Amino acid sequence: MTNETLAQYANLALYSAMAVLTVAMLGYALYLAALVPHRDRKAALAAEATRSRDEELVGAGTGAGMPGGPVAGPGSPSAASPAASAAADGEADDVPLRARKAAGIAGTMTWLTGFLLVASIALRGASVHRWPLGNMFEFAVFGSMFTVLAFSIWSTKRDLRWLGLLVTGPVLLTLGLAITVWYTEAAELLPSLKSYWLVIHVTVATLSVGIFAIGASAALIYLLKDSFERSGRASVLDRFPPARSIERLSYGLHVVAFPLWTFTVIAGAIWARQAWGSYWNWDPKEVWTFVIWVVYAAYLHARATSGWSRQGANYIALAGWACIIINYTVVNVFFVSQHSYSGL
Amino acid sequence: MATQTPLSTQPAPPDEPVNQPQLGLVGWLRFAWRQLTSMRTALFLLLLLAVGAVPGSIWPQRSIDSARTADYIAQHQTLGPVLDRLGFFEVYASPWFAAIYLLLFISLVGCVLPRTRLHWRAMRSTPPRTPARLERLSAHATAEVEATPEEALAAAEAVLRKRRFRLHRHDQTSVSSERGYLKETGNLVFHLALILVIVGVAIGHLLGWKGDVIVPVGQGFANTLSRYDTFSPGPWVKPENLSPFSLKLDRLDAKFEENVTGRGQFGQPRDFTAHVSVADQPGAKPHEETVKVNHPLEMKGASVFLLGNGYAPVITVRDKEGNVVYRDATPFLAQDNNYKSVGAVKVTGATPKQLGFFGLFLPTAVITKDQGPTSIFPDAKKPALALGLYEGNLFPDGRPQSVYTLDTKELTQIKNAKGTEPLRIWLEPGQTFELPGGRGSITFDGVERFAGLSIRSDPGKGLTLVAALLALAGLISSLVVRRRRVFVRVSPAAEAGRTVVSVGGMAKDDDDTLTEAVEDILAAVQRRTGTSR
Repeated sequence: MTNETLAQYANLALYSAMAVLTVAMLGYALYLAALVPHRDRKAALAAEATRSRDEELVGAGTGAGMPGGPVAGPGSPSAASPAASAAADGEADDVPLRARKAAGIAGTMTWLTGFLLVASIALRGASVHRWPLGNMFEFAVFGSMFTVLAFSIWSTKRDLRWLGLLVTGPVLLTLGLAITVWYTEAAELLPSLKSYWLVIHVTVATLSVGIFAIGASAALIYLLKDSFERSGRASVLDRFPPARSIERLSYGLHVVAFPLWTFTVIAGAIWARQAWGSYWNWDPKEVWTFVIWVVYAAYLHARATSGWSRQGANYIALAGWACIIINYTVVNVFFVSQHSYSGL
Repeated sequence: MATQTPLSTQPAPPDEPVNQPQLGLVGWLRFAWRQLTSMRTALFLLLLLAVGAVPGSIWPQRSIDSARTADYIAQHQTLGPVLDRLGFFEVYASPWFAAIYLLLFISLVGCVLPRTRLHWRAMRSTPPRTPARLERLSAHATAEVEATPEEALAAAEAVLRKRRFRLHRHDQTSVSSERGYLKETGNLVFHLALILVIVGVAIGHLLGWKGDVIVPVGQGFANTLSRYDTFSPGPWVKPENLSPFSLKLDRLDAKFEENVTGRGQFGQPRDFTAHVSVADQPGAKPHEETVKVNHPLEMKGASVFLLGNGYAPVITVRDKEGNVVYRDATPFLAQDNNYKSVGAVKVTGATPKQLGFFGLFLPTAVITKDQGPTSIFPDAKKPALALGLYEGNLFPDGRPQSVYTLDTKELTQIKNAKGTEPLRIWLEPGQTFELPGGRGSITFDGVERFAGLSIRSDPGKGLTLVAALLALAGLISSLVVRRRRVFVRVSPAAEAGRTVVSVGGMAKDDDDTLTEAVEDILAAVQRRTGTSR
């Protein structure tokens, strides 16, 4: 028994969430874009400041300059000095107003997306009279909700505006795929899915994946920033937090998600024993869940091993994320598996 | 070794070997052990384990689906046998996969045992002496308080104790403290519990058994080896010691989706329930139970799972005088989601020659142009049997064979009355078909369902579960707990009655809240000594 009207409202809420999330994504993109010219200007100012300092040194060499302060030498542009000092004054947190506004709107819209997704999931659940985690479409929406909410909640504690685009973008893509490619009519479950373990096992799995997603984005940004810093090229990444702190943040996320994934494996094994008679069957989905667990375990080991670089460890984390993507897409759709609940 | 030219300007005496360090057997073993138990090797083996597990999801596995595996090998004439030799169809039982995980576990033991010893010592020892210069530690804070040095130190001790630090005073002006031993404890518990998980799996493998049996409605089943269709015991199982229960399948309810017509939903199974009566021992009074998907029937020594179901049309075969030579609910094996099923009726009592019927059971039968007879819905809405007939010797050489197929080696197919085409029999419930040539008749009496039951025993599962939960607990504490050392030193301030309190902290691995924690401890000491900041 399903209630078609409620299912339609659920989809309406989902479309609204996607519209709002698009605004959020654009906001975060604008935020980053607004940082760029500022950085250019700053670089130009820094260059000028260096030039005037050089001239000052020349001046000092000839005995004309005053020791102790940046005094413009003869022939330097008159505007250089005040601009240089302004740049030096307003250091640390001088995000342009335009960028701040864009990120503010984006943050609010991300919260709204979270609430709309909660509403959509609740309506979907009400329409099918069950926990709405029975097919690929529902997994995608649930996971997106966890990612958006985790990001929003965490944003209240620290400045994560720099991460916004790489969270909202992939989530929007996932929701888009969910509603077009993976969409499944609201319906009841297969008998093997009718168990309270569905609520436990699949919810924790999607929560874990939702957090791994943010962790992977942070790891990616860390690796990008790190390589830019090494090459010495200027980029908008210069306005992000220091590479080390991004890396630590990514680690923090993985440390939360990994025990959740471990729990997913254990809960899945308990359920598998009830449903299929054996707690571990080396079903393709189980294989990949195990592979993901092992790869993230390797990440944690790599990070704790002194001989391994942080970069190497983060590449392993990204490999783990690639395995999650494979587990969700390729294994769900193409492999012959007892976990074939994609609904496709 | 001796052939190497010595790098010396002095002429080497002839025939004198160069004195190089010799590893020797023990040395080599020690070297190998060090390499194996190093973190790098563990990491490499972990990644190798991940890569090694993948083929099992790509190629069909014999232990999961032997028919599909055989199909694959038959279809891939060149690649199939090569992959088979390399163990790609039994990845998780293959020697190379075992080699990876065994090496990994040896490496784990080799790493964890020495660490356990070290940790045991660390837990019993006192925190180290306060370093001479606290300001050199990674976190440091200093403040003056309105108290004597002794009072300030006592306050610091109280603060640290409240934060569950372990304290020790090595001298009169400072206190050393440490907390977070649980981090390493959790880490060790996690790794040791993983070993227990493997032990639990091994017990299940050695002492566990599983058997599958197909039981049509109305029929019974006794838990003895001969009654199983397939039975796979662990190497240490004595099949004669199976618990002697018996059960009878009274009813099997099946429900399919009929209302929702969306993609991938119409005709999906919704509920299966097997109603059984169980007698724990021969002669005991049977009690009624239900077995559902997700709700196994737990009994002493074994659990009964409902893993499959299908149709068992009740078929009667009579000879030309009308005597019944075969009557049974005959299970047909479902081939697709609409339960288009294949099966065989083996009439060994037919005369003059044995008869074998082979064909399809269709719960909701239609005949389409391109697929021929097929089923369009899984429930028995319009059942039909489509059969062909063979005669001859059903069991050549007496070899065991599948109940769903005929071995046609010594059988010949019967042609229709005109002798032009193979005989085709189409039966709906209640219909009887007269066989040509005075071979008698076949009647389709009705449709029953059958339950595919799996009866399993795994004595290791409890241990595996407890060990897995222990591992999870260990993992959480190893990731969440922070191991820190905090030192507090007091010295008299310039102003009488005031004291300079210096707090320094260090962490075992990177700890982004250490500075915060040190400042928090200092602030607490100030509050305790009545000094406002």
